[in-house]
Amino acid sequence: MNYHSPASFAEASALAVNADGVTRFLAGGTDVLVQLRADIVTPDTLIDIKKIDGVSDITQNDDGSWTLGVAVTGAEMTEHASLSQDWPGVVEAMDLVGSTQVQGRATLTGNLCNGSPAADSVPAMVAAGVTVTVTGADGSREVAVEDIPTGPGRTSLAKGELVSAVNIPARGANAGDAYLRFIPRTEMDIAVVGVAVSLRLDGDTVADARVSLGAVAPTVLLVQECADAINGSTLDDAALEALAAAASAACNPITDKRGTVEFRTDVAGVLAKRAAKIAYARAKGETVKGDHA
Amino acid sequence: MSKIHVTTTVNGDETEFLCDPRETLLDVLRDRLNLTGAKEGCGTGDCGACSVTIDGRLVCSCLVLGAEAEGKEIATVEGIADGDTLHPLQRKFIEHAALQCGICTPGILVAAKSLLEKNPDPTETEVRYWLAGNLCRCTGYDKIIRAVMDAATEMREAS
Repeated sequence: MNYHSPASFAEASALAVNADGVTRFLAGGTDVLVQLRADIVTPDTLIDIKKIDGVSDITQNDDGSWTLGVAVTGAEMTEHASLSQDWPGVVEAMDLVGSTQVQGRATLTGNLCNGSPAADSVPAMVAAGVTVTVTGADGSREVAVEDIPTGPGRTSLAKGELVSAVNIPARGANAGDAYLRFIPRTEMDIAVVGVAVSLRLDGDTVADARVSLGAVAPTVLLVQECADAINGSTLDDAALEALAAAASAACNPITDKRGTVEFRTDVAGVLAKRAAKIAYARAKGETVKGDHA
Repeated sequence: MSKIHVTTTVNGDETEFLCDPRETLLDVLRDRLNLTGAKEGCGTGDCGACSVTIDGRLVCSCLVLGAEAEGKEIATVEGIADGDTLHPLQRKFIEHAALQCGICTPGILVAAKSLLEKNPDPTETEVRYWLAGNLCRCTGYDKIIRAVMDAATEMREAS
């Protein structure tokens, strides 16, 4: 295996374009090194992107949006007070990934590019309308997070392409987000179902809702029917029931050791209601604690 | 395959080593630098027995490549005691009998020290969540939690 630590994304891309065999980019390494050690994926070329300038920066731009470097860790996000204030759902979702030790290394970009349908941060990013900058041989383009995963362990990134920044929109006023997941224990587990909701309020009325489901289909889903169920409502009981029904209807899960098709389908509806209530309360300016201590 | 030359700092001492690109920091610490305090439990970041800090950040050394240590400051369990004087956490682990087989203990000490540096007055719940990535199959955890809480109290009183 060849190990490279390039100084720019263009150089990283060129290394990948010219590499033979299996290439992996190394950010936090909490998936890549596990796969390497377990002989699941044995890269011929490993490109460590952490020596590139700015990859550990969390920057709020003049318009209120955020740019996160691709090596920013979960721990760094959790410790960032104003990012946590703006996007508690995104920060809490990332914080649910793994242990304290894993949080010291794991990144949003790695969680996304690993391609797991159960990745906790991905539904939260999709609901938040996050995009990633993708750099390749022909320059850079901006891609919505929901367009990156194409199936378990697979992404839409072409050979030589890598994520070079994470772009989180400006939160704006009267808006909130939340992510909830079901696991059978309290910590250190993988989502059986995950649901993220982001919304804005016009007075008491929901607008611009985005709802995303994890671990209930081959990829994380952005479900327009869920948004339609609550947009224009005050999140009354009828709207919540319609949201739950739309979430369950969107599920296309598998049965595995973590949960059955029936369980996942039902729980997706339950969590959608709960997450929507938290997002709504946060949009009202209330401080609501998420799942995690 | 050519080896990678790495210069790093381990427990305050500048250190150099040559490693294979596939070698983890845990491999390097144990097999090249003879620092065998960090243990390999799972090798996949689940058990925390290999916990060290890099630039003050708690990580599993099994999930870090040796090559990534270039220019970093590594701290291991070997650096916790001051010569023959044990760290309060180490003393409290002995007092509370917070270990049996001892395999998880170095990782838990490193993790607990990292917690108390960030949060000198943690609640029991905060200690339990912080240490959730450190598995112990002997003690049932209660004695570990009590030892950490007791050490935190002593360290607050001493400071």
